[in-house]
Amino acid sequence: MSLLKRGSIAVVGAAESDLGQVAPHTTPVDLMAQATMRALDDCGLTLKDVDGLFVAATQVRMGPMALAEYLGIKPKVFDGTQIGGSSFMSHVAHAQLAIQMGACEVAVIAYGSTQRSVSRAAASPREFNPYETPYRPILPISAYAMAAARHFHQYGTTREHLAEVAVAARKWALMNPKAWEKEPLTIEQALNARMVSYPFTVRDCCLVVDGGGAIVLTSAARAKTLKKKPVYVLGFGETLSHANISSMPDFTVTGAAISGPQAFKMAGVTQKDVKMLSLYDAFTITPILFLEDLGFVPKGEGGRFVANGGIAPGGKLAVNTSGGGLSYCHPGMYGLLVMIESIRQVRGECGERQVKGCDVSLSHGNGGVMSSQCTVIFGSENTL
Amino acid sequence: MSDLMKQSPLGTYVEHLKKGELAYQVNKDTNKPFFYPRAIAPETGSANIEWRVSKGLGTVYTTTAVHYKGEAPLNVAMIDMDEGYRLMSRVEGIDAMDVKIGLRVKVKVIPGDEKTLPFPVFTPAGDAK
Repeated sequence: MSLLKRGSIAVVGAAESDLGQVAPHTTPVDLMAQATMRALDDCGLTLKDVDGLFVAATQVRMGPMALAEYLGIKPKVFDGTQIGGSSFMSHVAHAQLAIQMGACEVAVIAYGSTQRSVSRAAASPREFNPYETPYRPILPISAYAMAAARHFHQYGTTREHLAEVAVAARKWALMNPKAWEKEPLTIEQALNARMVSYPFTVRDCCLVVDGGGAIVLTSAARAKTLKKKPVYVLGFGETLSHANISSMPDFTVTGAAISGPQAFKMAGVTQKDVKMLSLYDAFTITPILFLEDLGFVPKGEGGRFVANGGIAPGGKLAVNTSGGGLSYCHPGMYGLLVMIESIRQVRGECGERQVKGCDVSLSHGNGGVMSSQCTVIFGSENTL
Repeated sequence: MSDLMKQSPLGTYVEHLKKGELAYQVNKDTNKPFFYPRAIAPETGSANIEWRVSKGLGTVYTTTAVHYKGEAPLNVAMIDMDEGYRLMSRVEGIDAMDVKIGLRVKVKVIPGDEKTLPFPVFTPAGDAK
C-alpha cells in the first residue's frame, strides 16, 4: 500500500482486557470495551475523541456495529476486515489511510474473545469444505503440522527445533506477570506431551484463553501532545495467498516473504535495525517460517537458528518477549496482542524482559491457515 | 460461462466420484489444471474449462497423523496428482505414521450415502509410475 507515509501516524494507547479465564457470561464485546477504555486511559483520550473504529472477532459477526453500540459512539470511519489473526495489522494500515486523508483523527482497533469459557469449537466454528472436511483434519492445527512436516523433509528441521520455540516462549513468559503459563517447560516435556497432529504435541500449539485488547492511533502531530511516548508506524506490508490449506502453493514459504519486503521498504530500515520481533506463534513452526520469510535467517535455517536457545532470553534475537501465543495469551485471533508487545518494547515498558535500545520492533501477523500475512514495523521518535 | 441454474462444479465432481472417477478441471486457454472445481478458471477467469478424469496416481506432498481420543491415529495428507494439481486426502491401508512424503499412491473412492457425499482416498501404489 504505497499511499501510506512512513511515520504519519503513531500508536498512542495500548492495553489488554482481562486475560485468561473471565467470569461466566462475560461477552467478547465486554472485553473489547474494557480494553478500549484502558487503552484510552493509557493516552489520556476519551470516548468522545474516538471517530474511527476497527473491529474483527470470530464470535461477533458485525464487530464495528456491536462495539460502537456498546460504547455509545458513532464513529465516522469503521472497518470490520476479517482475515483471521492478522486482521488487526491490516486495520492499522486502514486506520493510517483514514487518518492521513483526514477521514478520522483517533482510531481504536479492538478485539475480544471468550473462547476458553465457551470452547474453541463454539468460538470459532469452521465452515464445511467438501474437499477437506471428510478427511477430519483438526483445523487449523493439522494444516500447520503439514507445513512443519514438509519443512522437516526439505530442510532437516526436527521436533527438537519445534520444542526449542515452545521452551523459549515459556522462558519469556516467566518474565511477564500477565502470562497464562507460570511454570518452567523443558525440551523433554514439550517432546513428550500429548500428541495432537504429528509432529505437533499440545506444547506446539497455542493456548486457548479468554481475552482481548485495544490500541489507539492518531496522527504523528497529535500523538506528540499525549501522555505516552508515541510509537510510530514506520512500515506495513500485507498479502493473501490462499484461504484453505489445500490451496497453499508451497507449504514451506509463507506470504511473509511478500509482506516483509513491503514493510521494510516503506520503513527504510533493514533486519539489522530490528531489535525485537513479535511473530505470530499459533504453532511452533510459525516463528521458524517467519524468521526465514522475513529475511532474518536464510531459507531452511530457521530450525537451526532457534536451537540452543536462539530466540530465548539471552539468545541471538529477541522474539516473542511476551511469551507469545504459546505461553502468554492466545484468545483466538492473537494479532492485536502481537502488536501490543512490540509497542511496549519501543516504549520501554517491559520491565525484566525489556530489550535494551529497542527503537525498532516488528510485528508479524498470520491469519487462517498461513493464509493472510501482515507485517508492521514500529519505531520510536529516534527513528523519524 | 457455466450455468449454475443447471449444474454446479461440486455436483459434476460428485457425479464423477459416483462412477468411481476422480475428476479435475483444466483451463483450456492455458492448459493449466486446477483443483478444487470452480465455475471459472482461477487467474484468468476463463469459462473455457474442460473436465478430465484423473489417472488416479499421485505422490504424497506432506502428511500428518491426527490423534483423536480413543481412535487409532488418522492420516491426513496432501497429494500431488501426476496431472499437476493437489488435493487433501488420506492414505489408507498402512499406519498413519508410515505415510511418508514422496510415497506413490493411487486413488480409491469412498462411496457416499444419504448423509455424506462420496470422496476420494488413496492407497500405496507400489512402484506405479
